[in-house]
Amino acid sequence: MSRQASRLDAKKVNSEFLTLTYGALVTQMLRDFENVDDVNKQLERIGYNMGMRLIEDFLARTSAPRCLEMRETADRIQQAFRIYLNVQPTISNWSAASDEFSLLFDTNPLTEFVELPSDLSNLRYSAILSGCIRGALEMVQLEVQSWFVQDQLKGDNVTELRVKFVRRLEEAIPAGED
Amino acid sequence: MSEEIVFDCLHAEIVNYCLNNSKDQNDLATLEYIGFTTGYRLIERLTRDVARFKDELETMKFICTDFWILIYKKQVDNLRTNNYGMYVVQDKAFRFLTRISPGSKQLEQAPKFVAFTCGLVRGALSNLGINSTVTAEVQTIPACRFHIEVNRG
Repeated sequence: MSRQASRLDAKKVNSEFLTLTYGALVTQMLRDFENVDDVNKQLERIGYNMGMRLIEDFLARTSAPRCLEMRETADRIQQAFRIYLNVQPTISNWSAASDEFSLLFDTNPLTEFVELPSDLSNLRYSAILSGCIRGALEMVQLEVQSWFVQDQLKGDNVTELRVKFVRRLEEAIPAGED
Repeated sequence: MSEEIVFDCLHAEIVNYCLNNSKDQNDLATLEYIGFTTGYRLIERLTRDVARFKDELETMKFICTDFWILIYKKQVDNLRTNNYGMYVVQDKAFRFLTRISPGSKQLEQAPKFVAFTCGLVRGALSNLGINSTVTAEVQTIPACRFHIEVNRG
């Protein structure tokens, strides 16, 4: 038993398990929906829900203080990718107003075993990532937009995820409570 | 373990997705199938450098030890067989049930959280040449018992 266990790298297996499970989900969605855009939407939504939960774990784990500007937020997002997906995206392409930046990924663990057939060129396979960022930031009162500019799955050299600040959300009080 | 929570979240979302998307709220077939394809592919990578299993029992032991430890972070608590192709695997603190409070209402929901694993085990065994039926039974959260019935012939 231990003879074999020692040969299997737990970290690698964890990451492959996640990758394969995600792949199985995407495949299932493609069977469930005729329209690829609907799949993109569903994936984004799943990411959004996950982000809302992961941010709590992130805040508890890092005890990070409030971000005062987008550059700090970008660093936190980068840190989160390192913690949760074991990848380190590069932050770059800041807009002049410092409200928009890109995360550049050399590798994307989610797409490790993936090849897109040509008829699925509309599929945003990793939409879960942009959803995750949106969901997580919304929980800390930041509304952002997030989308893919480049994708290695579609033949680009890097995967580029763009994040744009939209507005700061007011602290919302649940209906019926004053 | 940081990746664990990511998977736990993804698993919860997959459960939600599969149940919301099917007409029947108790239809766990899709969920089981997602587990099946994952298990089928995963085991191939896991056993690449492992010596060929000499029989069915050895394969089962691999599933209950190495495989279980990697996926569920612990070994199973008990593996029993009647030697006629029926195996019972017991896990007293099953990963996907440990975050659920034990109560009768929650117990009704338990099948949702074990269906993926039924498929995962069935898929893994299938790729190792064992055709089986896997069902799960939860009597008290977070304990779970998986019944693996090998379909011979």
